[in-house]
Amino acid sequence: MAHPEFAQRDTAQHPPAYSPGYKTSVLRSPKNALISIPQSLSEVTAPVFQPQELGPRDNDLILNFAKTGLPIGERLIVHGYVRDQFGNPVKGALVEVWQANAGGRYRHKNDQYIAPIDPNFGGCGRMLTDENGYYVYRTIKPGPYPWRNRMNDWRPAHIHYSISGEGWAQRLITQMYFEGDPLIPGCPILRTLPSEEQIRGLIAQQDRGHFIALDSRCYRFDIVLRGKRATHFENEMPR
Amino acid sequence: MINTPTFLNETASQTGGPYVHIGLAPLQAGFEIFDNNFGNVLAGPDTPGQRIAIEGQVTDGSGTPLRDVLIEIWQADAEGHYAHPSDPKPSAFRGWGRTGADFDTGLYRFETIKPGRVPGRGGMVQAPHINFWIVARGINIGLNTRLYFVDEAQANAEDPVLRSIEWAVRRQTLVATPQQQGGLTVYRFDIVVQSADAAKETVFFDV
Repeated sequence: MAHPEFAQRDTAQHPPAYSPGYKTSVLRSPKNALISIPQSLSEVTAPVFQPQELGPRDNDLILNFAKTGLPIGERLIVHGYVRDQFGNPVKGALVEVWQANAGGRYRHKNDQYIAPIDPNFGGCGRMLTDENGYYVYRTIKPGPYPWRNRMNDWRPAHIHYSISGEGWAQRLITQMYFEGDPLIPGCPILRTLPSEEQIRGLIAQQDRGHFIALDSRCYRFDIVLRGKRATHFENEMPR
Repeated sequence: MINTPTFLNETASQTGGPYVHIGLAPLQAGFEIFDNNFGNVLAGPDTPGQRIAIEGQVTDGSGTPLRDVLIEIWQADAEGHYAHPSDPKPSAFRGWGRTGADFDTGLYRFETIKPGRVPGRGGMVQAPHINFWIVARGINIGLNTRLYFVDEAQANAEDPVLRSIEWAVRRQTLVATPQQQGGLTVYRFDIVVQSADAAKETVFFDV
């Protein structure tokens, strides 16, 4: 059976599991090498999501948890394209995002940071990419916050992304940062990445052309997933 | 330009962080925001197949459970078909679920059905298995592994993926064992992210 399969993952473009500057990774990284396996249907398939599974405000973080008013913070549109490594659009991908509020506090029962919860901000959203791999959501800009790594480490403002594409082998989780954030160069989690090029790939650029007058600024963030290649030739001899 | 293949770098992975539940399982983070929530119950009362549950803990190099871990599973139906257009007979059974571990005990649980055998490459048949994807604070790139069933000894012995694991002692890290809980068969599947003993550390795959 010849189904298209995904090109081998270039693991050198990802952070090593063991990255001692990010202390939590020390005990949460396998010591053994990953075992490479050929792709079967188990790896080239993945759940298919339908538009009706999502609500009309799921991609509007400004309104999807608003109770008594609007959330505090800088209003932003974030948009971009999900493509595969060969440049093809990834259609129908589930993009899920989550973030801290403008003060750097997460709406999570385990977050005890002193900055207050915003009663009108949940901090998560989700959407499907369209025929062109395009996605868009609206939110407020998250704040930076301190975290327990070294005594005085701070996360740059960021939005978490989870992307589920056409195949299980494409599953990706990552974080988006904002162009010009002075906390980016010193971030121990960004410094797990193997190259400046891969760090740049996680930094959204301000998209001046898509600002909405008297309303919102805009950032552009494109995502690249692994690509499928067709199996053109078979090696089995005709019988 | 001609003669230049398009080849973009895959976007780099980053840890899901400690608050991954906000985005992927907001009810567990402690709030209601979506009308439709994805969860850990894959099988309804009418789903064909043997109903099972899967339970376990994910532990770190000290043996401590990862209480903030998030797990997704992807599996075929009882006949070995996936709910995806690439399957020759796409299933009506979705076969996908996600959950966080319990914040106190570190236990995760899925309720599903036992999958059938799925075709492998080159005419081979794989043993029944469930694909796992694991993310958490401290995990820089999602970990892929598979659950196999101890009561499928013959199929496991023929499985091309299990057989490709050079060290036979490591294959057993992927095999779940059943227990009975009030009439329901519950497979225990503990995942050891790190161990000094290679025979105990769960096998993770580069898929």
